[in-house]
Amino acid sequence: MSSDPDEFDAGSRVGEDHVVGGPPGEVEHPTLRTELRGYLIGLGLAALLSAASFWSLDEHVIYGPGIVMALIVFGLAQVGVHLVFFLHLTTSPDNTNNALALAFGVLIVSLVFFGSIWVMYHLNQSQVPAQALLQMRGG
Amino acid sequence: MSVPSNALRAGRDPYHVGHAPSTGAPEYTGHGGGGPAPKRIVVGYGFWIFILSDVVLFSCFFATYTVLIHARNGGPGPREIFDLHGTAVETACLLLSSFTCGLASLAVARHNLLWTEVTLAITGLLGLTFLGLEAHEFAGLVSRGAGPTHSAFLTSFFALVGCHGVHVSAGILWLGTMMAQFPAKGFKETIRHRYLCFSLFWHALDIIWVGIFTVVYLIGTITP
Repeated sequence: MSSDPDEFDAGSRVGEDHVVGGPPGEVEHPTLRTELRGYLIGLGLAALLSAASFWSLDEHVIYGPGIVMALIVFGLAQVGVHLVFFLHLTTSPDNTNNALALAFGVLIVSLVFFGSIWVMYHLNQSQVPAQALLQMRGG
Repeated sequence: MSVPSNALRAGRDPYHVGHAPSTGAPEYTGHGGGGPAPKRIVVGYGFWIFILSDVVLFSCFFATYTVLIHARNGGPGPREIFDLHGTAVETACLLLSSFTCGLASLAVARHNLLWTEVTLAITGLLGLTFLGLEAHEFAGLVSRGAGPTHSAFLTSFFALVGCHGVHVSAGILWLGTMMAQFPAKGFKETIRHRYLCFSLFWHALDIIWVGIFTVVYLIGTITP
């Protein structure tokens, strides 16, 4: 355990055995200030996007029919902010597998979510109304 | 497999990479060159796969809610039952707890016990506040006769938001375990890897909540 906080590893490297590990000074480690700034930026952006989502319900702020689209955009943007600033999902080589797994997860989630909505919408449309069904049986 | 030759020439252990020395070949990491990735990368990847499977589970609940939002059996719809002020406070609690969990990661990386415990305690308290608000909301709905048994819409609402609440409860139990293990066992590698998984879990719960307040509460409220 060293007294110099600047020597230690990044939040993105939680669990890295840096303290007793390899020789010091060979890998650039972000300072506490750099990492703290990352989390603060993430918090600020996420709070802004959350606030924007809640405010956009006010019809005077955004054109009525556009609200749903605005909410989806704010939501997706906030998920992106969380992934980058809190989960540290970056483009670094260590993260390639994580990003690929995420892409697969997004594919499955999209299939399940939009597929269900699509199928159920058409099922509802093709459904014979209960009234008509009664008349058919009675006739 | 190509072992970076300059790393060999430099006399360093080429299999210790994942984070090769800056004079070595960090560009080989993650591509198999230079040996297996460090354990914390593998641990994080494995737990990330679990989290993604959990997200797939949640996507089924989201789809159910969206499909059943009009199936109200004469009961109340989203507009009648949601108090968006409460939702905003819950959102703030979870977002702040995600932030303090990140601060705890910084403290863990520096082996600082005091700050680890303080930030984890704040994270836990914010999580408990969130759970309290959610329990209050659920109890209010049930007492008004809008419990999960009233309509398919209410069933899907309680199932989705309740499932997230169960995850948060499990996260708080895990958080308490970590708060006990850091003082008892120290900042050992296994414990720090365990914390890495916990922080992934907690941040992921906040991402799920972004989906919930957007789809369930906000889009739900403007759905006729």
